Amino acid sequence: MIAILDYRAGNLTSVARALNYIGFPSRITHSHEEIQRAERIIFPGVGAAGKSMENLRELGLDEVLRERLDAGVPVLGICVGLQVLLDYSEENDTPCLGIIPGRVRRFPSDMRTTGGESLKIPHMGWNAVAFTRDHPVFEKIPAASEFYFVHSYYPDPGDSRHMAGTTEYGITFASAVAQGNLVAVQFHPEKSGPPGLQLLKNFCRWNGTFSR
Amino acid sequence: MLSKRIIPCLDVRDGRTTKGIKFKDNMDIGDPVEMGRFYYEEGADEIVFYDITASSDRRPIMLDVVRRVAETIFIPFSVGGGIRTLQDMREVLLAGAEKVSVNSAAVLHPDIIRQGAEAFGSQCIVLGMDVKQVPPSEQIPSGYEIVIDGGRRHMGLDALWWAREAQRLGAGEICLNSIDADGTRSGYELQLTRLISTQVHIPVIASGGAGTPEDLLHVLTEGCADAALIASMVHYGTYTIREIKKFLETSGVKVRKT
Repeated sequence: MIAILDYRAGNLTSVARALNYIGFPSRITHSHEEIQRAERIIFPGVGAAGKSMENLRELGLDEVLRERLDAGVPVLGICVGLQVLLDYSEENDTPCLGIIPGRVRRFPSDMRTTGGESLKIPHMGWNAVAFTRDHPVFEKIPAASEFYFVHSYYPDPGDSRHMAGTTEYGITFASAVAQGNLVAVQFHPEKSGPPGLQLLKNFCRWNGTFSR
Repeated sequence: MLSKRIIPCLDVRDGRTTKGIKFKDNMDIGDPVEMGRFYYEEGADEIVFYDITASSDRRPIMLDVVRRVAETIFIPFSVGGGIRTLQDMREVLLAGAEKVSVNSAAVLHPDIIRQGAEAFGSQCIVLGMDVKQVPPSEQIPSGYEIVIDGGRRHMGLDALWWAREAQRLGAGEICLNSIDADGTRSGYELQLTRLISTQVHIPVIASGGAGTPEDLLHVLTEGCADAALIASMVHYGTYTIREIKKFLETSGVKVRKT
């Protein structure tokens, strides 16, 4: 069984629907017991970092997540579920989980394309991800596939060894990170059509090992 | 680099689309779920479902459509039409829509934008704007006025002011419809689109007037739109989304390849 962490973030059902479509049943849950029994965990998220951390702590899910990561269970973070894995987020000045070293920063407000058009924030829509690691979760995804993004803050891992994919939007930022049995993406695979579904399928079959 | 989005819009009344598709034999042409799936496979970047059901007691029918769409397509889709309260928004989002769009209700009670953004996040809240060109005046300095009821009611609000105000209240995106261009199939209102899109920092979807792939090219370049809404030009099989994207790509516009 796959546990989708319910920490009162938005849009948990779309992850569950996508998993159901590709044939992997899941449970949206905040029960510690259920999460401890799960074969793998998805840590989704739509919402602000401050509120997300507050809810995680209140439900004790921060500790359960750490414990499951230590136990070697495969974990997939999505969007805010990636961001709060880092040390700190500029959004609401929030200390985060510190599972991956680094910070979450706001996109600079004066970004422009090479053609001079000013770039909007949030970064909303489809953009390419260049996967920089041969990771089992990114297998069979055609090069230059695009994924659906919506965010105003971006992850900036302190150690480049955790970078697993990059995306260009005014700047080049880490749109995927990986560390052992943890992989996390800034985009929404559940809303990214066939390449997104492929990524979810890969995760559902991944045994959690990744040697870089 | 971010792709420009191509977004088909389906009008739905009592659970059926009002404009069918003529070009796929084995399709139930009136079923919004089938049509949504078809456009998803064709490479639509997002889909808009617009509920034009007149009576509110038939709302559950639309929610059922939304639920079935959410089970079959895995790109973002939004639902608009008749969204008046926080509860309306919640129902649509829980049924599986990525975004909700508010139009007249926001003009009459702007606070719904703030409430929606606070409860569900700005990324879910699309402001739909119906705009008509008028002679510039002290009240309407941009020469573009907000209208509701399909253009029948002039609201005395300047479109540029309203776009900025909605952004300030927490709208995450604007769907900008020119009532003058709507239904003409003779091109988007470029001047209006450019005006709004360059003056706000949230994405702007251009709507109204699309007839040819060239119209999309113009609105996505000169018009500075982030996305283009299309309806009859694909519903009646005149063009496919694939063809439109191919044309845009060869014209130098960044679009998502599928």
